[in-house]
Amino acid sequence: MTEPTGQARPEPIKAVPVRHPGRWVGIVVVAILTAMFLHMLLTNDAFQWQFMFDNMFSEPVLKGAWTTLWVTVVAMILGVVIGVIIAVMRLSPNPVISSAAFAYTWFFRAVPRVVLLVLFGNLGILYAEVGFGLPFGEQLLGLFGLEGSGQIFGVDANKILSGLVAGLLGLSLSEGAYMGEIVRAGIQSIDPGQAEAAQALGMGRGLTMQRIVLPQAMRVIVPPTGNETIAMLKDTALLAFVPVTNELFFQLQAIGSRTFQVFPMLVAACLWYLSMTSVLMVGQYFLEKRFARGVQGRAKEKLLKATVPTGAGIE
Amino acid sequence: MLRLDAVSKRYADGTVAVHDLTLDVARGEVCVLVGPSGCGKTTTMRMVNRLIEPTSGRIVLDGRDVTHVDPVALRRGIGYVIQQVGLFPHQTIEANVATVPALLGWDRARARARVRELLELVGLDPEVYARRYPHELSGGQRQRVGVARALAADPPVLLMDEPFGAVDPIARDRLQAEFLRLQAAVRKTVVFVTHDIEEAVRLGDRIAVLRQGGYLEQYAPPRVLLGAPATAFVADFVGSDRGLKRLAVTPIRVADLEQPPVVPASATAGEAGAALDAAGADWAMVVDAAGAPVGWLTRPGLVPQPAPDPVPVTASLKTAFSRLLQADTGWVAVVDGASYLGVLTPATVHEALRRSVAAETPPGSAP
Ligand SMILES: Nc1ncnc2c1ncn2[C@@H]1O[C@H](COP(=O)(O)OP(=O)(O)O)[C@@H](O)[C@H]1O
Ligand SMILES: [Mg+2]
Repeated sequence: MTEPTGQARPEPIKAVPVRHPGRWVGIVVVAILTAMFLHMLLTNDAFQWQFMFDNMFSEPVLKGAWTTLWVTVVAMILGVVIGVIIAVMRLSPNPVISSAAFAYTWFFRAVPRVVLLVLFGNLGILYAEVGFGLPFGEQLLGLFGLEGSGQIFGVDANKILSGLVAGLLGLSLSEGAYMGEIVRAGIQSIDPGQAEAAQALGMGRGLTMQRIVLPQAMRVIVPPTGNETIAMLKDTALLAFVPVTNELFFQLQAIGSRTFQVFPMLVAACLWYLSMTSVLMVGQYFLEKRFARGVQGRAKEKLLKATVPTGAGIE
Repeated sequence: MLRLDAVSKRYADGTVAVHDLTLDVARGEVCVLVGPSGCGKTTTMRMVNRLIEPTSGRIVLDGRDVTHVDPVALRRGIGYVIQQVGLFPHQTIEANVATVPALLGWDRARARARVRELLELVGLDPEVYARRYPHELSGGQRQRVGVARALAADPPVLLMDEPFGAVDPIARDRLQAEFLRLQAAVRKTVVFVTHDIEEAVRLGDRIAVLRQGGYLEQYAPPRVLLGAPATAFVADFVGSDRGLKRLAVTPIRVADLEQPPVVPASATAGEAGAALDAAGADWAMVVDAAGAPVGWLTRPGLVPQPAPDPVPVTASLKTAFSRLLQADTGWVAVVDGASYLGVLTPATVHEALRRSVAAETPPGSAP
């Protein structure tokens, strides 16, 4: 705005749209790069598209994809359950319980998942047999001058701790540590007045957590849990290190090394993971919408804005 | 009904929140705990439903020591309206109100019927509000829901912690009026916490004034508290305008009213003049055949003129005094229903106030 000068009326404003020369340069550069990339995809023989499509839906690969999916689901369910337990323990007024939860979280967050999975794959060395019975049964019976192990029944550790179970266990325990932190943040985001009101109305601690605190904490817990699920789906590829053989990445790689066509099978892996995570992202969007219930309009908008881009991994 | 017997509370950090407090609340009585922030009001209240355990002393509810009762069961039998409302934002109004009935295992139909009844009782249309979420209500409406929730299982005792603290003054005034109406209907034993002495005076049957550190300064009905504060702290807390506040809790007494000569509406000017002469008065009240005040007259015209609106005898001195200040005449008529009882003048207001102060001052202590 300019001040009118002298007595003359200001001239009508001639509106000229603001020009964005930088924007046009950017568009041209991106367009050229995209064209080059597409050209390479179509003309470089190393991609072997036909070979890739012929093999990426072969039966072992489909079985591997199925394993990947159910391992993701089961590991996440176990992870969430462990996470809730760890979070509640972390917030316990009892210092022994909360330190135990802290130690758990510390260990499983500090060790890389690959190392953890290889470690679990080799647990069979530690225990030849897994048994159920008295804790320290052998030593206790020894004290009373008796012989025996105090064991009710036992099985060969290598049978229970098959590659898949070991892998699943490793992923779940590790996920439990991360989920524990997420759930704890969720619980702590709820006004303590809520728990107090619930208690004043005659709800016990468990009921208060289950009916009042956790449902409200869901709004804070769900978005990062979606991210964790997507990360978990990708991390199932690490099962190949346990090793688990009927898993998607292992199967694709196996075809690659058998046929000496490594690269096309790696591209196939990318496409498989891309499509599976995309489905999860859509699911995440609707879940978040559902858990935003009971939030004021503005807060809801803010929440969706804040979580959808990160949640969906756009940008 | 409820008795606190030498109750003390010292927190783990050494703060003494309540000090040797003895207090009893009769059945159906509203006991207001009032005092500056941090004087232990909330702590006292929470010891009653065992959200906080007293360090020493006994709390007896309906003849039973509350420390011998399972706290969860105890709380289901005591309504609690929490500071800042504390509705559950992820549940509908209906679910919020039905919290305790659900915990007590009522069947759905019974709980629903109770919710409707309660929402109507607190002045919210169940058709409109039952299915809403708390954020879709105004502050005052949420407060009503909080009260409805506390009343849900019809507990004999109600604890209310600054329930009207978070709403604007107009809504608060309405909520207070509604609380009085509701209390007249349900007759609960209420412990009500506030830091607002006006609210305490308006709502309380008896008021306990607490001082920092949880010391009880005085426990008395509002009129006594305002008329005869027991300590300098109470006098200071109720304010230098306690005389004015007192008006609100002092009733009109017929014996205090002035009695100017009364002239029937049918009388002639001559008869009216004779009546004035006989009484040695400057003016006379004019009443109709039914005994209702219709106006007043004075010399030289001796013609009836309209009188200011009369005040019902059930009103407080505060209402009467405010009407008096608006009247040009310097007096207002007091009526019982429609029939005339006498007139209230500034002098009689003053006299009534002084006399009720004297009546409530224990012998030997200065007002
Ligand atoms: N959990 C607690 N631990 C330590 N001190 C507390 C705790 N709760 C309240 N207090 C202290 O006790 C005193 C009384 O608190 P409160 O009963 O909440 O006062 P009011 O409700 O009258 O404002 C205050 O000094 C407060 O700081
Ligand atoms: Mg308080």
